[in-house]
Amino acid sequence: MIVAKRKPFNEIKSLLKGYGKVLNVGCGTCVAVCLAGGEKEVAVLNAELDMARKLEDNPVEMGAITVERQCDMEYLEALDSMVGGYDALLSMACGAGIQFLAERYPDKPVLPAVDTTFIGVNQGVGWYEERCRSCSSCVLGLTGGICPVTMCAKGLYNGPCGGTNKGSCEIDKNQPCAWQMIYERLNAQNRLDCILEITPPSDWQNQIPRTVIQPGYKKPEKG
Amino acid sequence: MRLDYPSNIKIIRVPCTGKVDVMHLLGAIQRGADGVYAVGCMEGSCHYNAGNLRARERVLHVQKLLEEIGLEGDRVRMYNLSSGEGPTFAAYAKEMTEHIRKLGPNPLKKWARAKNKE
Repeated sequence: MIVAKRKPFNEIKSLLKGYGKVLNVGCGTCVAVCLAGGEKEVAVLNAELDMARKLEDNPVEMGAITVERQCDMEYLEALDSMVGGYDALLSMACGAGIQFLAERYPDKPVLPAVDTTFIGVNQGVGWYEERCRSCSSCVLGLTGGICPVTMCAKGLYNGPCGGTNKGSCEIDKNQPCAWQMIYERLNAQNRLDCILEITPPSDWQNQIPRTVIQPGYKKPEKG
Repeated sequence: MRLDYPSNIKIIRVPCTGKVDVMHLLGAIQRGADGVYAVGCMEGSCHYNAGNLRARERVLHVQKLLEEIGLEGDRVRMYNLSSGEGPTFAAYAKEMTEHIRKLGPNPLKKWARAKNKE
């Protein structure tokens, strides 16, 4: 899932400076699961903003709604009749959701309340770890299910580098060397031949927003 | 036991302090309460294993949130006692009341009153 963390309260408060009526839009998918921007987090943030602005004798009227997914126009439709009554929209969705909200309501200031952090896994309640950088060319089949782009400090497709040190990375002895882990996993599976395969470097140059159209679907024609 | 404790304390019963949510604590302060405290079982003797430990985490979290918005975090507290300790319950009620009296009234009270008049 996409993992986000809430922005520092003062940053959110200063983003809302000058607005008297704000709709806080939560997202019921990834950010709700990672406890950053779901219905409950919307309620907590609204209560905080309400109190903070009252303490400054400058109250703000906070509206609240949480849609199923902000990265899907189908669910944003529910906001159409509400948005007009607000000066600004505060979004607790990931960066994709925030941008989609801004795209649907181009006349309204849309402000972020969370920092989108990574694609990760749930290690425990409230504890998440990064596992994927969405590089578009997955090599997990060759690396024993351990992502070198995410887990290696250099993101090396072909490693290890000279900085590997008794299982640790040169940047920090508490950071395991991804390629050491890959070696051990492949060795245990008797698949060490995989490590000899050379993966060409990813073309990180001239990155533009990527598009995926799944088999059997096509991009609708404009018009 | 016929114990006295301050009459300003309003008790809200919950099945376990694990039921006490961040919004319950924050909402009470938002609506003008001068202070809120959760009274849970002794640590290590929760019938649901970790209810009172979760409540403590939430209380600590709300304390931080209140500090962030410019209120005293210590308006929210957690106390622990066993269900047989009536005198301790009364003593904590007294301690909390005296502590909140020292902090003074919740500055949000005037906004809460205005809303009640509407």
